[in-house]
Order: sequence, then structure tokens, then C-alpha cells
Amino acid sequence: MTTTIDPENLPFISETSVSVEIETEGMTLNIGPQHPSTHGVLRLVAKVDGEQIFNVEPVLGYMHRGYEKLAEVRTYPQITTLVNRIDWVSGFSNEIPFIAATEKLMEVEVPERAKYIRLILTEMARIASHFVFNGAYPLEIGALTPLFYAMEDRERVLDLIESVTGGRFHPNFNRIGGVKPAAGAGPATKKDIQDLPAGFYQETRDSMETILKACDKFEDLVGGNEVFIARTKNIGVLPSEVASAYGVSGPILRASGVKFDLRSTTDYLPYKDFDYEIPTGENGDCYDRWFVRLQEIRESAKIVLQAIDAVPSGPLQAKVPKIIKVPEGECYVRAENPKGEMGYHLISEGGLGPYRLKIRTASFSNISVLPWLLEGVLIPDLLAIMGSFDFVLGDVDR
Amino acid sequence: MPKFKLRIPGFLKGMLIVFLNLFKKNVTVNYPFEKEKLTPRARGVIALDEEACTSCMLCARQCPDWCIYIEGHKELQPPSRPGGRERSRAVLDRFDIDYALCMYCGICVEVCPFDALFWSPDYEYSEYKMTSLLHDKEKLNEWMETVPEIQPLEN
Amino acid sequence: MSFGLELAIKVGVIAAIAPAMALALTIIEIKGSAYMQRRPGPLHVGLRGLIFPIAEVIKFIQKEDIIPTKADKSVFKWAPAYIFISVFGLFVIIPASPTLIVRDLELGVFYLMAISSFSTIGVLTAGWSSANKYSMMGGLRAAAQLIAYELPLILAVIGVVIQAETMSLVGIVEAQKEWGVPFVIAGQGVAFVIFMVAATAEMMRVPFDMPIGESELVSGFLTEYSGIRFLLFYISEYINLFVMCAIASTLFLGGYHIPLLPVEWVNFYGPLVLIGKTFALAAILILIRWSFPRFREDQLQNIAWKILIPLSLANILVTAVMKVVF
Repeated sequence: MTTTIDPENLPFISETSVSVEIETEGMTLNIGPQHPSTHGVLRLVAKVDGEQIFNVEPVLGYMHRGYEKLAEVRTYPQITTLVNRIDWVSGFSNEIPFIAATEKLMEVEVPERAKYIRLILTEMARIASHFVFNGAYPLEIGALTPLFYAMEDRERVLDLIESVTGGRFHPNFNRIGGVKPAAGAGPATKKDIQDLPAGFYQETRDSMETILKACDKFEDLVGGNEVFIARTKNIGVLPSEVASAYGVSGPILRASGVKFDLRSTTDYLPYKDFDYEIPTGENGDCYDRWFVRLQEIRESAKIVLQAIDAVPSGPLQAKVPKIIKVPEGECYVRAENPKGEMGYHLISEGGLGPYRLKIRTASFSNISVLPWLLEGVLIPDLLAIMGSFDFVLGDVDR
Repeated sequence: MPKFKLRIPGFLKGMLIVFLNLFKKNVTVNYPFEKEKLTPRARGVIALDEEACTSCMLCARQCPDWCIYIEGHKELQPPSRPGGRERSRAVLDRFDIDYALCMYCGICVEVCPFDALFWSPDYEYSEYKMTSLLHDKEKLNEWMETVPEIQPLEN
Repeated sequence: MSFGLELAIKVGVIAAIAPAMALALTIIEIKGSAYMQRRPGPLHVGLRGLIFPIAEVIKFIQKEDIIPTKADKSVFKWAPAYIFISVFGLFVIIPASPTLIVRDLELGVFYLMAISSFSTIGVLTAGWSSANKYSMMGGLRAAAQLIAYELPLILAVIGVVIQAETMSLVGIVEAQKEWGVPFVIAGQGVAFVIFMVAATAEMMRVPFDMPIGESELVSGFLTEYSGIRFLLFYISEYINLFVMCAIASTLFLGGYHIPLLPVEWVNFYGPLVLIGKTFALAAILILIRWSFPRFREDQLQNIAWKILIPLSLANILVTAVMKVVF
């Protein structure tokens, strides 16, 4: 393979690159599947020349667990327990579009209180997921301390989720028609109603205030650091046309300048009752992707603070029969997950379980842009770019 | 030239934050000596109230992993009024939950029509052998003592 | 005392002090970093966990000696020795007091720079002989970095030499005593910063630890080393930290000299003062390590060639002019 290093087309190499024609073969470097920086078992077969990459081919499938096949042999309540393991960092938000799809086919009206509780927990899951990003991304760039600060703040949110639902990562709290009403279906007089526990509002308020202060701390510690800025500004610039063409969604799309958020365009949850902004970036580089996620933590904390004051009273679940059979039909519901857009295409033929459940995950489409983006970058930049995409292998391979 | 104007306060602020954290208390729970108290609703282990169970098999059927094994038989009881029919009662022979398979999803607790299963936030039951993770009826009865009280709700 | 006895005593003292200092610095680094991250660090080994370096040493000693099949065996085995030898060689000229020094060479600074650049061979051969693509990349990056940062290191010290008019380290401390203030205040502040930055890069610590990029190259040129060989690298890194900080405190901060204490007792308080200043500098370097991300290698090279070298040349010019004029 002839390698010609062309000075014009390589913005990442310092200006003194030399134009030399050497007859050498590139080296094939296998990054992964076991590697400290790919978030899971992603394998990138990279052809490198020294430190510079020619092309990258991601090899997926090391974590395929067969969700879509599993969904064909399970009933609807059982699928709810499985689905929150797709993107395990933000467990609650994976259940929402699935439940919304079944409710749409069954034409069930969800009570207001259930919708508000779902919204509060979804925003908390978003905060948890973005805190993992804020801790792990500086770790890949080399700063070892923000990880611990991020995990400490994340524990608060996870404790809150646990106090309501019983589980930190896999809450299994959504039911068709609302949220989980009670633990136990018997006629006992003292049943454990799974409503918000006492003290929840005050603890949530305190935690969200702490989280807002923690965001300021992260902005100072990580974002103000010149080394971080030098490592992430103008690295991995993703123009908005390319992002829309490849189907990228979520914070990455917003960092490229496209102001598109499914929370404001669809109404699977009552976001229009609240006052929040949609953070966007200007350049579409790694710094913008980091900054957009930091701003999203702030916006989510603000939404939770507003929602806490406005939870209406009412039943927790609509009246649905005990054995749930969804009538025939198909529908596709999409939602704004922390990682991007997640959608479920549900085809039902009136049975106890779906006929076919197709899961469209955010990370799978997001990393399809990587070969385009990673041409001609250096290996440290490859890791910075991959880290800024914030994908999880469970989301990619399902 | 890289962007190295003398914006000194940037990384100095970061260093100051890290330095000040040196003097704050640490947030680690020193596990074997201090134990973390989970919230009452946390899903640690499932407890069985044997008296209330009628071996209707709903929990075993709905479990996504099929980790509950139930066997039972019917017994005849003396009639409630003299001269009446003898009633039959279901008695459990075997009720095992295999915690090596259990997903901690909670479907079994939720669908039980007689409220025989309860969640308890106890989490320290690791074993050296995987077969000892199959908790049988007596052990599940023992977990009933750790089930917390019903907590008050927000409003 | 005969020459042989004196030599034996001096070698024995250094062989005792160097690992002790390395272990003390390990304690400061790991416990300090743990407290900075709001966690306790090693707790159960000794009294509140402070004897853990000894446990680490024992752990490394009892490990299996693994050499990759395709590695170049003799080069692989010798690589840690180069680094170890070079850092021990630097102990010869560090003055703990005007008489507590192994050998007060007239060309102290020259010897210093020559020996400290010997470790480059060790790093390069460690990376190359490991038969591993990642190690080779780490070794090559390390070689480029170490060669690039030699120059600012040397040029920063030349300013001190001009100001002190001598190359021997004891002479430099005596010159600072005459001036009354340490050189960092007396006009070599910029050189001090350049020296610390170049020293951090020479030791391959964050923010310059691209060769040991932990999250990229799985510890770079050190990947294939385990057991005692890794222990040699590990200990030499901390001894290197101690020695570089000791040299920086000798050249810029006044070494064993403190203005108010009587001069007759300098043999007693000299070592303590030197160790105090060294540990203070090392603590600052440890704080820097845990709060900065790492540079990319071309940014590293940019800093060395385009910023540090011109600055240090300018520093030499200014120092020379001031020396002639005043």
C-alpha cells in the first residue's frame, strides 16, 4: 500500500508535516474487543500508518443477546423487565417507548400522576447516564479525578430512583396503563402501594441543588482546563448534514447544530408543561458534545425541580385487564433516550406477547458515522472522538 | 501554534478544586465494617409466607426465567360446620426460588393474588457454591423476618 | 578512612535511602490521590494502611516471570536495568549538606544531564523488544518525547549556572546563600517553571504520559512486564521523581540551606531541609498529575520545540545580560 501524506487534507497534524512518498505497508491494529476505552466489547479494525489512521471498520456483535427473539416468546409484562437491560446505564428510559407503544395499540389513557412520575424518573435516568459520561470521558482523555466526583453525584440520583422503584439500574416500574401500583395483587388490607415514599420531594430538591452545583464544579475542573480544550476543540467535527444523513440522534446531533429534541416534538410524556431549553453546539466537535451533555444535566435538574412541585394526585394505573392481550396492529413509538432516539416497532397479532418487536437503538446508528469521522486522525484523537459519542455496547448490539 | 495564550486561571481553578477536596470527608462505605442501609423498597431477596400460598402457580408461570419450582398436594380438612362437605386445602411440598437465575424483576411478588411473597432489602446471601443459591421453603420463610414495615407515602 | 570503606558506606547509605524515599513518595501519591478523590485508599494493610508499599513489593516479588515468546530475550531483560542504573547514578551529586555528598563533582550539572538522558535507551528497548504492537507504539512515542524534552531541561539549568558561576551543586547552593534569596526569586523563576515542566515530561507523568497512555495503550511500553521487572520500572519512576525534585530544589530553591538556622549545625538539619523541599515539590507534581488530562503527542512536541526552547533561550540571554551589567 503506498502511503502519501498530503499536507492539505490533514487538519490535525501540525503544520510542519512533510510530503514524502514512501512505499510502506500500513499496520493493521486491532483496537478491542478488550480495551480500556471502548465502552464494552467493540472491535475496531484500524489500518494505521505510524500514528495516523487510514480507515476504521467497526466489527459489532460481540454482545448480541437476542432481544428481539426473546421478545417473541415472552409476555408483555415480562418484556418490560427485560427491556431495561438494553442501555444499562439509564435503565428507566428504555421501558418508556415500549410501554407507550403497547398503550397506543390498546388505546389506554394513562392517568396524569403516572405520567408525571414517569417524567421525573426518566429525567433522573438521563442525569445518571450523563454523569457516567462526564466521569468516563475525562478518564479517556487522561484526567483521573472527575470520575470519582461524577460517581458520587450519580449515587444520589440512583438512591432516589431506588427509593421509589426498588432497583437502581433496572427499575421495572412501568406497567401498561401507568406505573406499578402495588407490590402484590391480593386483597390484603395493608398492601405496599408503590407510590412516592415520604420525604421524596424534599430529598429530590436537595439532590438537584447539589447536582446543579456539581455541574459548575465540572465546568471548572474539566471544561476550563487548557489541556482538555486543546484535546477536544476542533477534533472530530461532524457537520450537521452528515449527521442527519447517517441517522445520528441525541446529544451528538444537537452538538452539530441541529436543534431537534423529541421531547418537544412528540408527546409521549408531558414535557410541554415545563420550561426548559434545548442546548445546542456550534461546531460539532468533541468539546461541544461534552458541553451539550453537561448542559442537559442542568436542564434535567431544572425540569425535575419544576415537576416535583406539580405532581397531580390520582390513580397510578389505568384500568387494564389482568391478562393483557394487545389487539392486532402495529405501531412505532420513539422517545428521547439519553443516548439518542430509541424506538420500538411493535407488531401484534392479538396474543399474549408481540409477534415482532423491532428495537431501534440510538448507539447503533450513532456509531455508523465513525468510519466517516475517523479518517486521517491520530490514535489519541480516535479515542477522544469515540469517547465523546457515548455509546454503550448493550445499546449497539442488543 | 497551539492555543496557549496565558489564560492561567483555567487549570489553576481545577487544581484548586482538587486540592480542596483533599480535606473533605471521604464518602466510601467501608464495607465489611460498615454496612450500607438500603431503602425499604430495595429488591434484595424474596420472602415467602407459607400460610398464604395456595400453589396457584401464577408466580412460577409468570417468571421470565422460570426460576420458581413449586410442588404441592391437596389435603382434606374437617368441614367448617358439622354435617357439611369436607374442604380441601392446598399444601405446599416444595417452593424453591433459584437465586442464580432470578432477575429480581418482581413479577412474582406483583402477580401473587394472595400476597404470599414479599420483598426484603437484605443482600448478603452470597455462597461459595452455585447450588446453594437455591433457597428452599424453610429459608424463604426465614427471610420473612427481614421484610420491613410498610412505609408512609408522600401524600 | 580508607577509600574502600568510605565508598562502601556511601553506597550502603544510598541503597538504603533511595528505596525508602521511593516508598515514602508512593505513600504520598496513592494516599494523597485517594483523599483527593474522596475515598480512603489502602486501609487494611498496616496502621491505617500506611505500610502498603511493602505489601506491594512483596506482591511483585512473588509473581511469575513471564517473557513473551517472540520477544527479544536479552534486550527484554536488560531494559529495566538501564533506567534503574541511570536514576541511581543521579544520587551521586545531590548535596544533603556541604559535606554529606557522595562526590562533589566540579561538573555536577553536566554529569546530571548526561546521566539522566541515559534512561531513554531503556524505554525504547523496552517498547521495541516486547513483540507487541501497542508496546512498540508506546516506546516510539516515549523516545520522541524524551529526546524533545532534554533540551529545555538543559537550557533551563544553564541560566542557573551562569548566575552562580559554577557547575558544582554545592557551589550553586553556596551562591544562593550569598545572594540571600533562592534563585527562583532572584531571577530564575521562568527557568524554574521550564525545568519543572521538562522534568515532568522526562518522568513521563501526566500531563505528559502519552507513552504510558493508560486508557489507550494499556500501559504502553510497560505492557509485557510483570513481576520483579515491573517492580524495577515502578521503583525507578518514583526514585526519578525524588531525584528530579531534589535537583530542582537544590538548583532553584536553595537546597539544604535555610536562612535563619546556624551554619554549624548544617550537617543535621541539611538533609531534613532538603527532604522537606523535595517532598513539597513532589506534592505539587502529584497534585498536577491528578487534575490534568494528558496531551496528545504532537501537542507535546509543539510545547517542547515551539514554546519551551525559545523561552529557555530567552532566559539564558536575559540572565547573561543581567550578569554582565550588574
